[in-house]
Amino acid sequence: MTTTQERNPPATVAARRRRWEWPQRLRKDWWIYVFLLPTIIGYGTYTIYPLLASWWFAFLDWPGFATSGTFIGIENFERLLEDDLFWNAFWNSIVFLVVAVPLRVGLALALAILLNRKKTPFKGFFRTLFFLPVVTTGAIVGVVFTLLLDAGGPVSLSMVASGLLDSPANFAADAGTSLYAGIAVWVWKWLGITLIYWLAALQTIPQGVHEAAMIDGAGAWAEFRRVTMPLLVPFLVIITLIDTVAALNVFDLMQTLTGGGPSFSSEVIEIYIFRTAFQATVPQLGYASAAAVLFGLLTMALAVAQALGFRWARSRIGSA
Amino acid sequence: MTARAKTGPGVTPPLARRFRRPSPGQVVTVVGLAVLGGMWIYPFIWLVSASLKTSPEIFGRGLNLLPEAPVWENYTRAWTEVGFATYFVNTLIVTIGTVLLVVVRSALAGYVLGRYDFIGKKPLIALFLITFFLPEGYTIIPIAQLTDQLGLLNTHAGVILGLGAGGQIASTLLYAGYFRRLPKELEESARLDGAGHFTVFFRVMLPLAWPITATVVILTYLFAWNVYLLPLVFTLSEPDLRTLAVGMTVFIGERGTDWSGMAAAAVISLIPVIAVFIVLQRKFVDSIAGAVKQ
Repeated sequence: MTTTQERNPPATVAARRRRWEWPQRLRKDWWIYVFLLPTIIGYGTYTIYPLLASWWFAFLDWPGFATSGTFIGIENFERLLEDDLFWNAFWNSIVFLVVAVPLRVGLALALAILLNRKKTPFKGFFRTLFFLPVVTTGAIVGVVFTLLLDAGGPVSLSMVASGLLDSPANFAADAGTSLYAGIAVWVWKWLGITLIYWLAALQTIPQGVHEAAMIDGAGAWAEFRRVTMPLLVPFLVIITLIDTVAALNVFDLMQTLTGGGPSFSSEVIEIYIFRTAFQATVPQLGYASAAAVLFGLLTMALAVAQALGFRWARSRIGSA
Repeated sequence: MTARAKTGPGVTPPLARRFRRPSPGQVVTVVGLAVLGGMWIYPFIWLVSASLKTSPEIFGRGLNLLPEAPVWENYTRAWTEVGFATYFVNTLIVTIGTVLLVVVRSALAGYVLGRYDFIGKKPLIALFLITFFLPEGYTIIPIAQLTDQLGLLNTHAGVILGLGAGGQIASTLLYAGYFRRLPKELEESARLDGAGHFTVFFRVMLPLAWPITATVVILTYLFAWNVYLLPLVFTLSEPDLRTLAVGMTVFIGERGTDWSGMAAAAVISLIPVIAVFIVLQRKFVDSIAGAVKQ
């Protein structure tokens, strides 16, 4: 009931005392665990179990739901590493990430700076406008954009009319551009939420900082580079991390916009997993799980890399 | 706000002219924002326009957004013939169920995590943080297999549990953060009146946490209304249980050239989220900004 957390020294004594208290505390705090019960059961079944089960499934040869699989060791992983379509999906996801995330984070920052300035009119209106696609359903956006991007649709027609394009083209149905069409639609859909992140970040910078820079005669660009940007670096890392993970969750949009095609040119890892597990004539659950496990490792590696990058950035600022 | 939004990029010059003394920089900013904003609003205008045209008209009239005569029949066709009435009800059931489940679950857990110290608290929080960014593509196979074994694969309950029972860490942490800041005296005085833990929580603490409940409801509503992969996998063999997002994509396969019906169906599916957003836009934006600050 009372917090014992706060008293730290002397650590060993406290730890020993706490251990003695265990049975007593568990009996006294029973109601706390009742409060936690729905979370423990739900979270255990729908988050922790899938997390661990994926690893087990990855070592099985398991066609379909009907029967359970048979253990085949690392065979799935060996096959995956030689599967050109897996690597194709893997690289498509990486390209998506590398192109789309900086675009979304950068464009949103530029917009946030404009919309954070006192002088800019209609700030609330523009913020609402850019946020609107965020609340919409990704799968439906994907379907609608197949029509918008059609060779006879408005995007192609207006590009031809303005001389940007020689003849009508469907960017979502061309193997050379389908992935980039997906990236463009993704940035369009999600820019608004990153914009809100940035606006929240910019509001943490006290107005006094801006005034001090003005008094020192710093121009807008110098102020941004020397004053604002260093203060934003921690936010940059967090926002980039959130958006990076988001860029790995693009199944709804890509499946409905391009379906991974044409000829796998825009197939990202999630579509590969879905196709292997649920859409193949013989569903291969074990094989798809192995791909999912590698996908999970990629996500974790990116999160760790960014945590390290964050520390590096901070130490750089500290020494500069 | 919305009325203005509908007019799109065409309004740029009058907007800019309305200022007392617009500096050149300001004009450039507004024009730039208006052009970009036009790109953001255009797909919605086009969609509404397409939903009122005939299918040949959609691609036959170039960039003209006005239909020759509004075809309201597109909406009745999508609603009754294609089955969007059913999809709508399914989505409503799944969304309400998920929101309730997430609110109750994360409020209960957030309360004890935020206000009490107990054995196992640290490992629990560590577990939450480790799994915070787990992608849905990673867990979908075991979740589908588990749901199948529970006999829930083609039911609303299966979808609701799949969406709301796991994950949702952000909601739990939001509640925990809020409850931590409430003064201790609240419980003590209630306790003196002889109230038990559960009475204190449901009568005193949960009502106090209504701003967080509003945030969690909004975020979960958005998530559940828009989610695609899980309902798709869970209803692969049961068309009657499709949600709007799933129904929309089946539409293409079954009636590939009924573009105007498709557009009408998309409008039907998007109206509930867009309407709620427009009514509660301040709350939406604050919810997300608040969540990221935490």
